[in-house]
Amino acid sequence: MSTTNEVEEAVAAAFREEWAQVVATLIRVTGDWDLAEECAQDAFAQALERWRRDGVPRRPGAWLTTTARNRALDVLRREAVGAAKQREAAVSARDEGPYDPDHDGDDSGVADDRLRLIFTCCHPALPVEARVALTLRTLAGLTTPEIAHAFLVPEATMAQRLVRAKRKIRNAGIPYRVPPAHLLPERTTGVLGVLYLLFNEGYTASGGTDLVRAGLCAEAVRLARLLARLMPDEPEVAGLLALLLLHDARRGTRVDAAGDLVTLEDQDRTAWDRAEIDEGAALLEGALRRGRPGPYQIQAAVAACHATAATAADTDWADIAGLYGELQRFVPSAVVRLNRAVAVGMAEGMEAGLALVAELEAEGELAGYHLLPATRADLLRRLGRTREAAEAYERALESVANAAERRFLEKRLAQCRAT
Amino acid sequence: MKYVLFICTPVGGQELSPAEIAADPRFTSYLHEVRGRDVVKGGARLRPAADATTVRVQGDEVLLSDGPFAETKEYIAGIDIIEVADLDEAVALASRHPAALAGGSVEVRPVWE
Repeated sequence: MSTTNEVEEAVAAAFREEWAQVVATLIRVTGDWDLAEECAQDAFAQALERWRRDGVPRRPGAWLTTTARNRALDVLRREAVGAAKQREAAVSARDEGPYDPDHDGDDSGVADDRLRLIFTCCHPALPVEARVALTLRTLAGLTTPEIAHAFLVPEATMAQRLVRAKRKIRNAGIPYRVPPAHLLPERTTGVLGVLYLLFNEGYTASGGTDLVRAGLCAEAVRLARLLARLMPDEPEVAGLLALLLLHDARRGTRVDAAGDLVTLEDQDRTAWDRAEIDEGAALLEGALRRGRPGPYQIQAAVAACHATAATAADTDWADIAGLYGELQRFVPSAVVRLNRAVAVGMAEGMEAGLALVAELEAEGELAGYHLLPATRADLLRRLGRTREAAEAYERALESVANAAERRFLEKRLAQCRAT
Repeated sequence: MKYVLFICTPVGGQELSPAEIAADPRFTSYLHEVRGRDVVKGGARLRPAADATTVRVQGDEVLLSDGPFAETKEYIAGIDIIEVADLDEAVALASRHPAALAGGSVEVRPVWE
């Protein structure tokens, strides 16, 4: 006999640790995503009752998987039609049924069901928003209402999105496997992109409650941690985890009590999460030692420069400018160049930064992007050219969408006009 | 001469399954007619557009987008009916098609069986 509290805690812990594994295994053996989710849910419900009576099993994950598998067997038996009979044979096979022996993707030498699930959820043939939703539902175990709430869409819309994605996986023949070696680098980049998107959704203060947003960040970190454990030889995976941890460490200080943005310069560095910074920095160091740099490792290196500077004035801007130069080789985007312009301005003098901003303005690729005039404004403000800065802030305000950013730019504009 | 008829249907219209088509008198009378004349050399009911994937090639990069091709300036230049293990294999094949390499696109649409 275990107390109710102990059992509830054990089930909650098992849910966090084992949900993805149970669902991933059930999808492989039944080939049916809905059935897999349903049976996994049922297994956790049964655990609440049975563990209270019989005690928490020694290996909760194995107990849950077996229970879910038996449940699937029951359901399929009841269906008892031709196709289901076949699947029943697959499910009941003692050692990991022959669901799809030809394509049970060991081509790349990795065969964890959760990894199959991650790569399938993030398949490039699915719409991006469906990849994110499916990852949260099947891997992180969030409910459909929770996901809908996090993305500020009606529940019915989110439910439909998930249904369509699962239907496409089945109908279009998206394989349930870790991609073979020749596709792996590209697909891994795709998976990292989904996790980064998920994190950023929680990180930007564009809407939703803080609690919901913090939850998304935490899920992204948890999934990146899982991926890093499953793919220990991929420095970019470690790079992404490092990047997320280094950003997450500062999350609480980015917005003040009134919901206004606080710049990196003005954030309370004593409130940054030291443990996350240390872990992120150590992960990054290990990744860089492998000598295969990539965009996530470089962005993590930039984040580490900020996170480890004792004060804003101690920031090594020359180092950051160099890193953005390096990042440009991997991601030739105007936004990266804009970031570099800021770093160059801080390292070599605002005029040097302004010259780079002027180049970007002349090219016109970032036309309508509020951070282009906002960057010009900030560099001018630091030079004390407040009249010109105010003009640039006005232009930035013409295209800013986010309410917190708008308030920030308005505040800056007022300061410039007052001097 | 051989012709390919690419059957078009309005977006948001009713999606009839092969079984429904087989039971629909409008289709059965059409099929009866064309079969009688022995002019149909093959055909397939395709899954809805939501299950389509479009493949483009840029340099050495294979670009996938979900859904059917959106560029209205493109027209259907031909069809191939292929049988492979999964979508990844179909995409690999599509990405080597001369049309994809020449800046066009290939829509991969599952046959509804």
